[in-house]
Amino acid sequence: MQKIAMDRISEFYSAMAAERALYLPLKKRGAVNFGRWQEGADVDIDALHTVKSPKDLFFPQSEDIVAFKMKGKEIEIDAPDTPDEPFAVFGVRACDARAMEVLDRVFLSEPVDTYYRARRENGVVITLACTAPEETCFCSVFGIDPAQPGGDVSTWLSGGFLYLKAVTEKGEAFLAGLTPLEEANDAEIEPAVRALEETMERLPLKDLDLTGIDGNATEKLFGSEQWAELSRACLGCGTCTYICPTCQCYDIRDFDTGKEIRRYRCWDSCMYSDFTRMAHGNPRKSQVERFRQRFMHKLVYFPANNDGMYSCVGCGRCVAKCPISMNIVKVAKALGAEARK
Amino acid sequence: MQIEKQETGEFKPLIVAFCCNWCSYAGADLAGTSRLNYPANVKIIRVPCSCRVNPLFILRAFQRGADGVIINGCHPGDCHYSTGNYYARRRMALLFSMLEYLGIEKGRTRVEWVSAAEGQRFAQVMNEFVETIYHLGENKRLEDLRCKR
Amino acid sequence: MQAVEKAIKEKARALLADGTVDRVLGWEKGEYCYDNTPAVFTEEDIDRLVYNSFCGANLSKYLIAESKKEGRVLALLKPCDTYSFNQLIKEHRIDREKVYVLGVPCHGIADVEKLNVKGIKGIESIAEDGGRLTVQTMYGEKECELNDVLLERCLSCKGPEYMAADDTVEDPAPVELRKHDRFGMVEKLMQMTPDERFEFWRSELSKCIRCNACRNVCPACSCLKCVFDNDASGVSSKANVDTFEENMFHIIRAFHVAGRCTDCGECSRVCPQGIPLHLLNRKFIKDINENYGEYQAGADDSSPWPLVSYTQDDVEPGKMEGGKN
Repeated sequence: MQKIAMDRISEFYSAMAAERALYLPLKKRGAVNFGRWQEGADVDIDALHTVKSPKDLFFPQSEDIVAFKMKGKEIEIDAPDTPDEPFAVFGVRACDARAMEVLDRVFLSEPVDTYYRARRENGVVITLACTAPEETCFCSVFGIDPAQPGGDVSTWLSGGFLYLKAVTEKGEAFLAGLTPLEEANDAEIEPAVRALEETMERLPLKDLDLTGIDGNATEKLFGSEQWAELSRACLGCGTCTYICPTCQCYDIRDFDTGKEIRRYRCWDSCMYSDFTRMAHGNPRKSQVERFRQRFMHKLVYFPANNDGMYSCVGCGRCVAKCPISMNIVKVAKALGAEARK
Repeated sequence: MQIEKQETGEFKPLIVAFCCNWCSYAGADLAGTSRLNYPANVKIIRVPCSCRVNPLFILRAFQRGADGVIINGCHPGDCHYSTGNYYARRRMALLFSMLEYLGIEKGRTRVEWVSAAEGQRFAQVMNEFVETIYHLGENKRLEDLRCKR
Repeated sequence: MQAVEKAIKEKARALLADGTVDRVLGWEKGEYCYDNTPAVFTEEDIDRLVYNSFCGANLSKYLIAESKKEGRVLALLKPCDTYSFNQLIKEHRIDREKVYVLGVPCHGIADVEKLNVKGIKGIESIAEDGGRLTVQTMYGEKECELNDVLLERCLSCKGPEYMAADDTVEDPAPVELRKHDRFGMVEKLMQMTPDERFEFWRSELSKCIRCNACRNVCPACSCLKCVFDNDASGVSSKANVDTFEENMFHIIRAFHVAGRCTDCGECSRVCPQGIPLHLLNRKFIKDINENYGEYQAGADDSSPWPLVSYTQDDVEPGKMEGGKN
């Protein structure tokens, strides 16, 4: 284990940024999001969550996949290069680190998404243990321990120091190149870990019961009569899906620049009326069905296809941000009671 | 439609001019038949009435590479449809104010009332507008980088 | 507000019992003390209805769908919600006959984000006493004034009067109207240089994630199909693929509600990135007030709004001041 004093933290950022592009939580006009570090950047590692999750760095909200134009009678095709910039992302919470495992299941299984894979290979994930979880947190429900945040390198804040420990070989190689770090003893983070454990015990959602909601509950839950009531106030906006660290649906669209067609992919939301639209229209005609799709996917379909792994990590972003305060916790509580009957 | 830009040399502003079918478009015609000069980089789009111009049209023109957008309609009181240009006037006044509020250079958008008999004035307005845009420089604040490639 | 909640429930029960209404549109208590969700109640579950300083959602837009259903709905509208309701009546989006409006007094809506910014996090419970909030958090008890954590819109409260109501609930302890300069920030922006203004809006709008929450929550955005959802329009997009699109979406959306926007502030309330969208709407409102005469959308349910009227000597485009040059 190594450490660096917090009052020297900017040296640490510089050292990391010298190695590779560094992304970390930056505050811009009141909102904290992952952004590229440069000298003088307003870093905010105290914020529990960024608004958008770090998934953006591996699976950007929009990216070009191909462009084509007519050259005489020929079609000229231009595909962007596979992303190759090495980068590091610092300040990833345990829930967001788990979310990457969820995304890996989707994008790294056959057929592999080459863009995603390239970014995963180029990126070093430096996680940060939580210090002050909030009432919206429920990561422990999914077996996540915020005191052991994982990633390639795990870090902890304790007594004015940032402690770092490599988890993977990639992480070890990355840390080896950073000069400002001092050696530290594993025992030094004990007080911080214990304090976090105590806080976790006080979380109001720590006992959220998902018994009965799993990959085997498809028929029972799909037909539930509660969906209409639960989704009634849903605005059909994409807030929950766009801030979610595990939502991975995307759309492929064409943009006519006048000179060429640029085909890009961008995040899509199952809450939108044109999601998975086909020639005959959207198979989910009403908001009830769209709403049901989102939660069934997270809590039932995904575990059914991925050895029981839920595609919710309990980060609580949607709990905090839904404009009408309808979220996965309320849904799980309502459906859980029914599933266990 | 893509507006082709001059690839080299000095900056030649591209202007999109929305012209009302009943007045300004005829005014442009008259300017042409009277052999009056105005820059060739003014691209005219004929619309049935100045109030047909949706704010989206203006933004789209900028997106596709225009450096200035001008809307020409009948003089207030002379609208072919009686009141269309009165509505257009309110809409454009508010829209232009909003663009300015967002930090877009004042003068990049303009409304002029030009009648069918004012060929001379049409040419003069276009010359003036091109001059203004020339001094403002290229449209950078409402550009779409995808269309610049 | 507990007395008000009790009175609301009593009135609702009576109206349900005598058949005046068939259901009630209100707010349901959530997981915490602050995350109330809009919900529809009947006689059986009316007990779950809640009313406190966290009932921010403006329920008027739900009435578009509710008034298309069988029977009559009792709608709980705060004073500022009644403006949106009126505007929707004016635009023939709500069937007035099918709605019974119960005006409910409001002392301002608290903004949880503002509590968080004050360092009040890990909220377990909130007790309201007059204008004071006592918050139990996971990290100890905290206190603050309701007035210090109000939603932006409540700082320029339009007042306690209802623009439309079939009945009202009496306010046992009315609060003084907050005197806030509604156009202060707009004016401040106008005083900046164009470069500063551009910089301000770039940094705000570049946060946009195109979740469409502002549009979907907006009572004035009631198009059945939005132009931004229409593939054939060439402007439809689900992500801000280019900085141009960040600007375009918000300019067009603000323009489309210009003159119809009641300044209910829902757009700014729901924005996950905290973009001050009301500053776009207020610019239009300010311009309209100064150039076409004072106008408050939703103050009545019939007068034509400024963009569907004109005078012969209106100001010429380009002469209206958008900001200092």
